[in-house]
Amino acid sequence: MDPVVVILFLAIVALTLVITYFAAKRTKSTGDFYTAGGGLTGWQNGLAIAGDYLSAASFLGIAGAIALNGFDGFFYSIGFLIAYLVVLLLVAEPLRNLGKYTLADMINSRFNAKRVRGAAALSTITIVLFYMIAQLVGAGALIQLLFDIPYWIAVLIVGVMMTIYVLFGGMIATSWVQITKAVLLMAGMVIISFIVLMKFNFNIGAMFTEVKTATSHGADYLNPGIKYTDPLGTISLMLALVLGTAGLPHILMRFFTVKDAKTARSSVITATWTIGIFYILTLFLGFGAAIYVGQSEILAANSGGNMAAPLLAEAIGGNILFAFISAVAFATILAVVAGLVLSGASAFAHDIYGEIIKKGKATEREQMLAARYAALGVSVLSIVLSLGAQYLNVAFLVSLAFCIAASANLPVILYTVYWKRFNTSGAVWALLSGLISALVLVSMSPSVFSPVEGAALFVGNPIFPLDNPALVSVPIGFLGGYFGTVFSKEYDFKKYAEVKVRANTGYRGQ
Amino acid sequence: MAQPKLVREHKKENIDFEKVESSPQFKRLMENKKKFIVPMTIFFLVFYFLLPISTSYGTFLNTPVFGDITWAWVFAVAQFIMTWVICSVYVKKANTFDKDADQIVREQIEEGGNA
Repeated sequence: MDPVVVILFLAIVALTLVITYFAAKRTKSTGDFYTAGGGLTGWQNGLAIAGDYLSAASFLGIAGAIALNGFDGFFYSIGFLIAYLVVLLLVAEPLRNLGKYTLADMINSRFNAKRVRGAAALSTITIVLFYMIAQLVGAGALIQLLFDIPYWIAVLIVGVMMTIYVLFGGMIATSWVQITKAVLLMAGMVIISFIVLMKFNFNIGAMFTEVKTATSHGADYLNPGIKYTDPLGTISLMLALVLGTAGLPHILMRFFTVKDAKTARSSVITATWTIGIFYILTLFLGFGAAIYVGQSEILAANSGGNMAAPLLAEAIGGNILFAFISAVAFATILAVVAGLVLSGASAFAHDIYGEIIKKGKATEREQMLAARYAALGVSVLSIVLSLGAQYLNVAFLVSLAFCIAASANLPVILYTVYWKRFNTSGAVWALLSGLISALVLVSMSPSVFSPVEGAALFVGNPIFPLDNPALVSVPIGFLGGYFGTVFSKEYDFKKYAEVKVRANTGYRGQ
Repeated sequence: MAQPKLVREHKKENIDFEKVESSPQFKRLMENKKKFIVPMTIFFLVFYFLLPISTSYGTFLNTPVFGDITWAWVFAVAQFIMTWVICSVYVKKANTFDKDADQIVREQIEEGGNA
């Protein structure tokens, strides 16, 4: 291993541990643990949201996807970005005004029912576990490549680090690790993009002309259709991306870390600008990698294209830049999984233990203890599952997470805030029908069954044609909520009046 | 705006949210919000889905605009610009919503609570 790589790697570890040390001193209550006491400012939270969002999958994955598939890789960037308009216009402010720690809190501000809370917690935990395994398996493979260490050690390092942050520093540590990482990541992106552009004398047109001859796709590289040839599949994917984000638990949780809806809004604005600039830059990374590294070399390093960005850094900036980008990638992985652990732990400890089992009567000490045990439990469980999944193709887990978020969580959020007639049974139906349809359809899809060995989890013919079933499962989630509501006679317009007033005015008193 | 009955009823623990909700002030706030959010949401979703739909069902976006840069790329970058523009417009709009919301809380909810 290159000594520069080792030094930067250790520097990241040391920096995050210092953050955790100071955060631990400030983490005194469950509120601090889950939501940093609601004390983050708009720009801090905005950067932390950007940090949560710009996972290794978007940083390394999209750069690779653009390098390999040209325009089609850019679809991800667009979908991930526009998703923030859904968050900003429809979700962020009512969520902040109604919720406390979790998605279930927000829904239960309208329906005080255990089954709704249970269903919401179930959906959160499912998303978190699947997403986490995908991140950890990807992280293990990547760190294995970057630092030349065995997979299981890589997973253990990431797993132990994330556990330390969350266990001791809770949301304060997680947020500051996110913020640090977001700044480092943006710096890395700007440096690489600047060098790439400099090579073309800052003439973007020249870069487009050059990339036309750089890949085996020729001029087609610049046209849509290299990867996504099935129209419905493409649209379904875009639907999952744009609606799924607004239902991902670790993103939703970030809106409870600020003091009011106004701050939630300003954090979405900071996040949207940061994420937007980031995704524009993915274009220069992708093109740069296609030109200066070459597709065959990118594919040789990792068949998913995940090494495109680090290899580009090496090609244009030598060892130092490679080491820096690798260290940033490592920080990225750590920060995202820490956020996931926290949102999983909140569903277990706050929703299931605190509210359902203890009926909201747990003491502060019991809650804190439960939160820490849950964090430890979620960490250990996902580390064990990830160690076992090394040789499995887990790409479908990410699309599954987005699909469940779009099909189960988003419908229930929108109905809770905007539909007067909505009721308890509608909430349970929306959550369960979205969750189950996403699970069932993905398990029958080409990303789980492929006739080509190794291309998916199992060998066989897929029963359902779309990799990403959002086009079907999102309507099922919405219809489930609709029918669940109208088949039950229950309604409470008085409670809805309260929810509506609170959601729109931010009034939090009794 | 004097609303004596409302004020009298408001002993903090018992706010009549239905009354607040049916007040002209609150109705106006909801109307203003709806007038902005609904068309904006429809607009950005349509604009967004037009991209994959037109690249999937046609090739007309593959015509070059500037040198080798085609309409597909211009459309893609337009998505970013649209996002930032809507963000900025929304913030301006939301500040006026905030003012109205604060006024509703002050005049209709909290006033009664102090009694």
